[in-house]
Amino acid sequence: MDLTLLTGYGFWNPLLWLAFLLIFGGISYFLWALRGNPAYKPGTEQVKPFISGNPEPAKDLVHIRARHIYWGFVEGLRGYYSFARKMHTGDVRDYALWYLGVGVVVLILLVGGI
Amino acid sequence: MIVEYLPQQFVQNLPALIIAIPLLGAFIAPLLKKHGRAAAGWTVAITGMAFLLAILLMDYVRASQGGMVVYVFGADSPGLTLPSGYTVPVRIMFQIDGLGVLMAFLCTLLPFLAAVYSVGFARKETGLEKYYALMMLMTVGMLGMVLTGDIFNLFVFLEINSIAGAALVGFRNYRGEAAEAGFKYIAISAFGALMVLFSIGILYGKYGNLNIAYLSGVIEYSRLDLIALGLLLTTFALKCGAAPMHHWVPDAYGEAPGSISMMMVISSLSSLYALIRVCFILFGGIVISLPAVGWILIIMGLISMLLGATMSLIQKDIKRFIGYQAVSQTGYMVMAIGVGLAVMGDPVAMQTYGRNALTAGLFHLINDAIYMGLLFLAASAVIYAARTRNMDEMGGLARKMPYTAVFFLIGAASIGGLPPFSGFASKLLIYESVFAFNPVLAVVAMVTSIIALAAFAKQFAAVFLGPPLSNLKRVRESPRSMLIAMAVVAFLTVLFGLYPQLVIDWLVRPAVEAMLNLAGYGAWGGA
Repeated sequence: MDLTLLTGYGFWNPLLWLAFLLIFGGISYFLWALRGNPAYKPGTEQVKPFISGNPEPAKDLVHIRARHIYWGFVEGLRGYYSFARKMHTGDVRDYALWYLGVGVVVLILLVGGI
Repeated sequence: MIVEYLPQQFVQNLPALIIAIPLLGAFIAPLLKKHGRAAAGWTVAITGMAFLLAILLMDYVRASQGGMVVYVFGADSPGLTLPSGYTVPVRIMFQIDGLGVLMAFLCTLLPFLAAVYSVGFARKETGLEKYYALMMLMTVGMLGMVLTGDIFNLFVFLEINSIAGAALVGFRNYRGEAAEAGFKYIAISAFGALMVLFSIGILYGKYGNLNIAYLSGVIEYSRLDLIALGLLLTTFALKCGAAPMHHWVPDAYGEAPGSISMMMVISSLSSLYALIRVCFILFGGIVISLPAVGWILIIMGLISMLLGATMSLIQKDIKRFIGYQAVSQTGYMVMAIGVGLAVMGDPVAMQTYGRNALTAGLFHLINDAIYMGLLFLAASAVIYAARTRNMDEMGGLARKMPYTAVFFLIGAASIGGLPPFSGFASKLLIYESVFAFNPVLAVVAMVTSIIALAAFAKQFAAVFLGPPLSNLKRVRESPRSMLIAMAVVAFLTVLFGLYPQLVIDWLVRPAVEAMLNLAGYGAWGGA
């Protein structure tokens, strides 16, 4: 079976991607095998995090939670998110109003011939 | 062709059987009230049979003249559209072309997988006979919508689909949020259905007929017809979850049981099908000189893509998160179809990129149904095991649920447009075709895809990676039936990514030809 997708302007063949993965996977493995840190000793004090001599907190306490990820992105777009949150009130009457509003605009555009 | 080896009478009645069998299954399911597992097995068998019938129907439509089958209910012969002495069609009929069989394929495949998933997922629920009966009724509603050639029956099946869907969204009524989501869905659906009925009333009052093929030949560029078009367009856009009328989507998808969330995806896509049918066939004769229709869809698509993707980033509920991503993905399809509509009146543009945009939109529709279904199944498996929906309370689940983690990752990679998964192929087609129309559209689509990928990286990291948390020590991998359903959907996601051209040639191309074959669709419709 042919794996090539003709897009109209070019083509895509997943075999190219697999070849890419194999080549770069091979290079990565080669680098890892060649230059792995010989001083690394798993299971020793060496691999524990160093927090200025303080004991390591429980994993639950330092786990990166969903709310922590992209905090900066959301904070940076605070204005946009403030608007978007207001748009999503959860009130079914607002849902109906949005539907009516869009319907009116569509009818003006179509019937009004804009 | 398989149908050549089957009895002719059976083959001719396939369009009726594909509706009748799940309908019969739905009415028998309540009799299995005291045997929840029997109801589950019955539903798997019935939906599986419907899927096989859809495959046969596809074969039958391909073998038929003009790639179209017309089935007249109650006629002396199923193909007798205009009995002697009649100049207009009067009976209820199904008219099935390449677009219809594409949708029938999805509308039977996903309910079948949802039924398999439910065997393990819903076993602890009560009232399973109602659950499974509604599931089969919803399948009937979706199938009817995509097979009918009659606009009033489109409304009837839309209602069956919506009512069964709303009951299933609110099925776990011990959760107040589920009951509320079900109510919101039925309220907004009923409002929309009323407008559909009003539009049908306009068309019936003016032309005295409800047959789509007949109406497509007589529709005029009048104010009344444009009002009907506007109402149908807005309502089906609402029902397919296009922004800014998407608010019900995260509510309904988020609160529905996992298998039903997957069915809700294809239910929404059935409404997108209705939107396509209305724009390309029913009103195809006037939309060709009305590029505003295409632009309305393009703008809705752009808003859906950006709003859905960005809103998903701030969700805590794992399924609401995916619900907003579903809105974003709907935007891709609506935009691509809008581009096709906007250039309908320009044969050169249509040939250069319009056809590709439509191909891309329909291919994305198939992929969206599959990977979105996979994501909902995997997310529901996580909720089932972890007993929480809050992503802030999750972490390290890949160690406890390795298979679910892999399935989720496949779905996430596909929706993020990573090669070699199916989402990449359809998004590539969308970027290229809409770029030729307007580069800004392609830029927005790419930015949205990057946001989607980033959002799913967040979700995967927060839910599956990191050390196992103390509150999730007792979590175990999902039951086998859930894993089997997820494995099949994941396999399809990979398969459609590896062989995109095969899917396009087999399913999408005939559907695009059918969309643009206005003359062929209405050829028999009388005068």
